[in-house]
Amino acid sequence: MTTTTTAPAHPVLAGLGRLVRARETGIAIAIVAVVALATVLNPSFVFSNDGFRDLLLTPSLLMVVAIGQAIVIITRNVDLSVGSVVGLTAYLTGSLFADVPGLPIVVVFVAGIALGAVLGLINGALVAFAKVPALVITLGTMYIYRGINVAWTGSDRINASDLPAAFRELGTGTVLGIPFLFLLAVLVLVYAAWHLRNLRSGRELYAIGSDPSAAQLYGLRVTRRVLAAFVVSGSAAGLAGVLYAARYGTVSSNAGFGWELEAIGAAVIGGVAIFGGVGTVWGAALGAFLLLTINRALPIIGVDDFWQRAVVGVLIIGAIVLDRIAAQRQHRRLVAQREETR
Amino acid sequence: MTATSEAAAPRTFAAHAHPLWRRLLVTREASIIGLLLAVIAVAMATVPNFDSPLTVTYLLREIAPILLIALPMTLIIITAEIDLSVASVLGLASVVTGLGVQAGWPVPVAMVVAIGVGALAGAINGALVTVVGLPSLAVTIGTLALFRGIAVGLLGTTAISDFPDAWTDLARTNITGTPVPVIIIAFAVLALVFAVLLHFTPFGRSLYAIGLNKEAAAFSGINVGLSKFWLFVMSGTVAGFAGVYFTLLYNNARGDNAIGMELQIIAAVLLGGVSIFGGRGALHGVIAGVLLIGTLASALRLAGVTSDIINVLTGLLLVLSVVSASFLNWFHQRRVAALGRRRGRSPGTSS
Repeated sequence: MTTTTTAPAHPVLAGLGRLVRARETGIAIAIVAVVALATVLNPSFVFSNDGFRDLLLTPSLLMVVAIGQAIVIITRNVDLSVGSVVGLTAYLTGSLFADVPGLPIVVVFVAGIALGAVLGLINGALVAFAKVPALVITLGTMYIYRGINVAWTGSDRINASDLPAAFRELGTGTVLGIPFLFLLAVLVLVYAAWHLRNLRSGRELYAIGSDPSAAQLYGLRVTRRVLAAFVVSGSAAGLAGVLYAARYGTVSSNAGFGWELEAIGAAVIGGVAIFGGVGTVWGAALGAFLLLTINRALPIIGVDDFWQRAVVGVLIIGAIVLDRIAAQRQHRRLVAQREETR
Repeated sequence: MTATSEAAAPRTFAAHAHPLWRRLLVTREASIIGLLLAVIAVAMATVPNFDSPLTVTYLLREIAPILLIALPMTLIIITAEIDLSVASVLGLASVVTGLGVQAGWPVPVAMVVAIGVGALAGAINGALVTVVGLPSLAVTIGTLALFRGIAVGLLGTTAISDFPDAWTDLARTNITGTPVPVIIIAFAVLALVFAVLLHFTPFGRSLYAIGLNKEAAAFSGINVGLSKFWLFVMSGTVAGFAGVYFTLLYNNARGDNAIGMELQIIAAVLLGGVSIFGGRGALHGVIAGVLLIGTLASALRLAGVTSDIINVLTGLLLVLSVVSASFLNWFHQRRVAALGRRRGRSPGTSS
């Protein structure tokens, strides 16, 4: 056998190669294709004031939730309570404005994120200290948080007239033609991606997700990191709740209902492995973007929008099958490499 | 492990570490059953109309789909897998029943086709999990969306609600002389079948082995993939049957029937003492778990408590049940370690 010694590629070229093969690129191409197809069929999908704004605005909230979800999934856990957290914080936002007139908007943002963080802390503490699987705990807290939300809200509803105009302006306003909420989501995304890639507290999440007991033996503070991941996920859902109130104006007791599965679906589509250790928040955010963009594009492409969920299901299954094939191929390549070097 | 100097005379061991009454009474399952009986007793004493036959009928009618699907779900979770798509399969079967009857098929044919569709859906889950080798959590989140999407796509926002009276009446009649609906007979038969299958056949016992250690089970000659595949088919089939029942009971076939029920079912199964890690659980505990949640909700509703508080209680019960199990386990290990130290042994690694 001729041992093909791979010449050290130029770093820029190697980086380019990685970029082309990355999962995130595939998702981005899919998004571009969907948007292009919808635009060809109906130019106002992008080329109208509202079209472009809605294209970016619709996925913004789910992107924020999916980023938090991805961080939890990377540690080999899952957070089913995010939808309920979104609902609770959205209602908190509305009732703060309604009950305390003249409250600065910043205070409401801080309050929403703080409530999300506390709810995430409860999840994280139960998971990390009681050593109970996250699926069970967050299934329970999903019911509890939603129940508290409904008990608090009752048949009451926050209406747009309860919210100050400046706050609602945030939800629909644009900066240089780009919606403010989308900018905020991208800001969260860029910071989270940088943190996970470059900081120790980020890298350790991957180590914990790949092999929790090895991470423990290695001396990583698993409990603290898992706790932090849940707090981050809760805070992200809390932020999304505040943004929900800004975006939609009306908040009833079923705000954010079912978002937990959409967020997990977005992360899975984006290449975050459900058993932890693999994936990026870029992938999760792009997955969320793709999910909601497809939903909006389907009626234009001529598919009845009742079929949305079926398409989402096919996407999720396609994504995990793809991951599986890639993993097997890599496994075979590594085995072949080991045989050669022997 | 314990290298005690064995005397020449053969030692006799008791068959079990604890006497029979203790093994029967001090278990997760027994505590759930006890809690169920306590709830029933308190409700009968304090809640007006709780003991009326109508309450029992409505309670059993309502929880029958959860009772049915909880049976195969127990087996699946014991093998350390999960099936989140059951409620979507229920919805799909409901839509198929409706479309069949609308197309003029006899009801039994529509029912059989719907149950067949359920079995097929289960087979798709099973094949993706066992043949392709994907994690069931991810697969069934995908098929949760897929099957629900097909159901909603087939019927849109319309609902079919013109089923022959003979069949809808059948779903609503009680066993003569009792307040128990006839669906409970079907449930009792299925429960018996699943109980025998899980607790008294080599197949059932092998499910525990799979849940405890997949590799060890495979090396001891268990066909892990095939066993799991059949479990998913069973789950789809039973969910299909529950879908037919749901349709006839409410005289309504819609794409979004029973949306979100998967989490109610899983909550009940876990409350009944089945470990999410697999390898532990029993059917009587699960049935008690479903009945506990149903009875509690029914009693509270009669007492004028709103459904949101019932949701909070359901969640609290679930969290408390797993946290208490984890705490008891920790306490037990500490005691065993302390006992070991007192006898001058190193603390054992008994799990």
